[in-house]
Amino acid sequence: MDDLDSLRGRTLAAIAGASGEEALEQVRVAALGKKGEISLRMRELGRMSPEERRSAGPVLNALRDEIDAALRARRAALADAALEARLAAEWLDVTLPGRPRPRGTVHPVSQVTEEVTAIFADMGFAVAEGPQVESDWFNFDALNIPPEHPARQEHDTFFMARAEGDNRPPHVLRTHTSPVQIRAMQAHGAPLRVIAPGRVYRMDMDLTHTPMFHQVEGLAIDRDISMAQLKWTLEEFCRAFFEVDRVELRFRASHFPFTEPSAEVDLRCSWAGGQLKIGEGDDWLEILGSGMIHPRVLEAGGIDPARWQGFAFGMGIDRIAMLKYGIPDLRAFFESDLRWLRHYGFGPLSAPALHASLGG
Amino acid sequence: MKFTLSWLAEHLETEASLSEITEALTDLGLEVEEVSDPGRSLGAFRIARVIEAVQHPNADRLRLCRVETHPEGPGGPIEEVQVVCGAPNARTGLVGVFAPVGTHIPGTGIDLAPGVIRGVESNGMLCSERELMVSDEHDGIIELPADAPVGARYIDHVGLNDPMIFIKITPNRPDALGVRGIARDLAARGLGRLKPLDILPVEGRFPSPVGVRIDETLRDKGCPLFAGRLIRGVRNGPSPAWLQRRLRAIGLRPISALVDVTNYFTYDLNRPLHVFDATLIRGDLRIHPATGGEEIEALDERRYALAPGMMLISDDAGPESIAGIMGGAASGVSEGTVDVFLESAFWDPTTIAATGRALKIVSDARYRFERGADPAFTLPGLEAATRMILDLCGGEPSEVVMDGTVPDTTRAYRLEPSRVVSLVGLNIPEARQRATLEALGFVLKGDMAAPPSWRPDIQGEADLVEEIARIASLSRLEGKPLPRPAAGVTRPVLTDAQRRERVARRMLASLGYNECVTYSFIDAEAAQLFGGGGDAVRLENPISSEMTHLRPDLLPGLLRAAARNQARGFADLALFEVGPVFAGGEPGEEALVVTGLRVGATAPRDPHGSRRPSDVFDVRADAEEVLSALGAPSRAQIGRDAGSLWHPGRSGTIALGRNVLARFGEVHPRLLSALDVKGPAVAFTLYPAAIPVPRSQSFTRPALGLHDLQAVERDFAFVLDAQVEAQSVVQAAAGADKALIERVAVFDEFTGPRAEAQMGPGKKSLAITVRLQPTRQTLTDEEIEAVSARIIDKVTRATGGSLRG
Repeated sequence: MDDLDSLRGRTLAAIAGASGEEALEQVRVAALGKKGEISLRMRELGRMSPEERRSAGPVLNALRDEIDAALRARRAALADAALEARLAAEWLDVTLPGRPRPRGTVHPVSQVTEEVTAIFADMGFAVAEGPQVESDWFNFDALNIPPEHPARQEHDTFFMARAEGDNRPPHVLRTHTSPVQIRAMQAHGAPLRVIAPGRVYRMDMDLTHTPMFHQVEGLAIDRDISMAQLKWTLEEFCRAFFEVDRVELRFRASHFPFTEPSAEVDLRCSWAGGQLKIGEGDDWLEILGSGMIHPRVLEAGGIDPARWQGFAFGMGIDRIAMLKYGIPDLRAFFESDLRWLRHYGFGPLSAPALHASLGG
Repeated sequence: MKFTLSWLAEHLETEASLSEITEALTDLGLEVEEVSDPGRSLGAFRIARVIEAVQHPNADRLRLCRVETHPEGPGGPIEEVQVVCGAPNARTGLVGVFAPVGTHIPGTGIDLAPGVIRGVESNGMLCSERELMVSDEHDGIIELPADAPVGARYIDHVGLNDPMIFIKITPNRPDALGVRGIARDLAARGLGRLKPLDILPVEGRFPSPVGVRIDETLRDKGCPLFAGRLIRGVRNGPSPAWLQRRLRAIGLRPISALVDVTNYFTYDLNRPLHVFDATLIRGDLRIHPATGGEEIEALDERRYALAPGMMLISDDAGPESIAGIMGGAASGVSEGTVDVFLESAFWDPTTIAATGRALKIVSDARYRFERGADPAFTLPGLEAATRMILDLCGGEPSEVVMDGTVPDTTRAYRLEPSRVVSLVGLNIPEARQRATLEALGFVLKGDMAAPPSWRPDIQGEADLVEEIARIASLSRLEGKPLPRPAAGVTRPVLTDAQRRERVARRMLASLGYNECVTYSFIDAEAAQLFGGGGDAVRLENPISSEMTHLRPDLLPGLLRAAARNQARGFADLALFEVGPVFAGGEPGEEALVVTGLRVGATAPRDPHGSRRPSDVFDVRADAEEVLSALGAPSRAQIGRDAGSLWHPGRSGTIALGRNVLARFGEVHPRLLSALDVKGPAVAFTLYPAAIPVPRSQSFTRPALGLHDLQAVERDFAFVLDAQVEAQSVVQAAAGADKALIERVAVFDEFTGPRAEAQMGPGKKSLAITVRLQPTRQTLTDEEIEAVSARIIDKVTRATGGSLRG
């Protein structure tokens, strides 16, 4: 038995001392291989008497199991060590930058146009469109602005050149989105609910004006639409657009040839600390013009003013974008300065959705 | 339109405060732009007396004054203040104007602080008129009569305590271009009572030696009524102080009594007048259209050449006045005028507007006549002005001479009180509605309302509604919900085209492009380079030479944007725009296109070697990505002939037959250098409207055909002429067995000198992989061999190439 003890001692020591897979395999072969010491002794059991076998067998089996387990454990330990060594060698400087991913932006004008569209779509307004080169009839006459009317002069209109011999009144670059009112009425009749966002043009260029800017027109026509509903609609719009719980609008009498009565609409706000807060404070911000559609405008659109009535409003998209997002300079909207586009632009996934958020 | 509070009080009896008045004005639609209240800016300046003025111990030009002030007003406690004063007229006993420490001095913009001047304390200031900004006088400090009430506010004493109000007048309200019209609005609102305006005709003492005659051609429209009278023996000196003060307060320069009277009537009653020096008129006055070529020097000392149709007032010597716009210099009144001819006429607004615009004359008369004076007030205005001239200048009036008649403006519109309520949504009782109209001068008979002669803007029932609502105040409106057109969940509203625009924009942003919005008009040179710039798209009145033509393409705007960014040091750019381009100058000759531009590298320098120049295959992939997002069918083909804007060898089209959906490629280097872009630059332009709308609107997807049988991939390499296009190889291979071949893809191209060295001059190698997907049973080797042979045969026959050994 001393003999076995010494075998056990030697083998376990060899297992513990094996420095790698190969050395361990040699130990295994020497102990448990076909000609290994333990295998040879197991073979000798056959030649023993039953009594001897009864006492030596279990001892020898136990030794074999023990060595086998030790071999497995050592093998696992060696594998772990090897893995760890490999992983240690595979060190990377993870503070290096990630691979570049493209990061594009949507222009604030597009974003805000989509926001406005989302809000009005929820109130049942479709989106109408019209050409940017307009006949003077659509841009003026149909909107109750006859030739020589002082209001026409105040529009700072861009005219298209007329060829020699073409004696039609020159076309204009639309000075407002209002001509789309007429086109939408002619195309769809009443009842009607549309907004019409788009580019408009006026001959004006200074610190706060650009010769091109964006407006959105709104139009609702039905049997009994009133100015009180116009006010509610605009209140709801402002509340949703500026994402505040409360807004207060002030209607001030004014004059637009295409509406009657007409009102300028102011929004209660505060500029405390240079920061615009909607719905509080003592300042008023002029944000849009509106009114009840003039009967002559309804007629020009082919709608009988004796049977139908409605409201219209128009506001500057660039302007409300500047107000909501604190963008200081209108001219920069059209300069395509990459720094500006990145700073004020919106991510591709910021598509406005009323159930999630508007501005992203 | 400017006026002062005291001026308003001439027409309005009111207890209302300045702020109540200005709030009401804005609410009524007469938007207050500015209020300047001398009580605020000059209220601290009080009358004070110099008890003693002695020489400053340390300065020759300065005096040391002991000043008696009464900070709480006349009769209040006296406070003696020491002031150092440099004015030459500072002397013992002077009664002047004192500003205590803490006062803001308007003329210098300084807040007065206690000071020490050359070693002596000074605790206030004796002021000049310029320091108060009441005149330019600065030779010395203000001197008031010795009996001026010491302690009183200076502005009260000299009558300057009169707030000036500046309101913006909308084009429909000519009546509010006179103070009386403004007073009438306020009275209708309930802010006071409109004082009566009683005008008694002045009896003429002799027939007017100057006659007047309107040409037949102008009687109907241009000048329906022209009246005047001569007043002889006037003394034309400076007008009285009260009149001068009023004119100054609204920014007008007093000139002489006669001229000041005309200006006063212009602003007071919206009745522009003109005065001629009658001794300079030769014969009678004739009102006639210009035949063209007449010249006149007007009162602004400029010469104007008249075009045919413009209206003139001429005497036997020639043109004397540009009718309704500006008088002539030759017959204008002067200090020495003794006989004056006073004109009051009614001019057609549109003719005046056209003439004024053509001659570029801005005058108070034009401004009013083109908006509409009160025709019925032409003669009363003449009488009232006659009386004022007689009061101020004396003289003897002739009888009135006139030609024409007061144009008939009589009309009436039905007042439907229920319609007012329905349109506005304010509950205004009928009695209130009628009272409002009457207060504004309407005459009501039954349910018909006749507008007053001074309201040319009232042209229908809707105008009655506006007047009633405006006076009642729209600030009383309470929002009332607008019901949804249909109950329940809102349906999508966007059209296919609108959805496409939205998707294209978001897709490009997700591909790394920054969206730009550039001007729709560009310079002629850029427009011509891009196939536009013709007269049809030229602006008649561009705002600058950079913006003369509607753009034919989005590329020039984006390229210019790229050049600007490059100049700022940003070389790697991906810019896009979704916007209109213009094929012609008629409405509708525009189309919405999407253009993307890449300049520089795809990525910044980094340790992973991500950076490489953007190339044609980037923009092709971008365009295909957008097309796919917009629902374009995947069977679109790549073609050449993208057009002259592109590099001829490095550009292409994506098309369905002849329907081009997009163009892509390197932008032609000539265009880049013309627009100062450091190239190369690659771009694509996509035409959303060209993409066919899927016929089926069903949401059901086609069934997914999945096969459990093992797919097989086989690779082939072909030696081809270098100009053979990959697309023809792929198509030929795919046609070899349409049922079995699921996909063909190019995975390698070997080209260039090394390839030619191996395969011969003008040759290249192209490698494709073909994926075979059996659907019934696993492919046998024989079947695979057979289809491979067919692929090789198809490709070599289609391209003239051979399998690479």
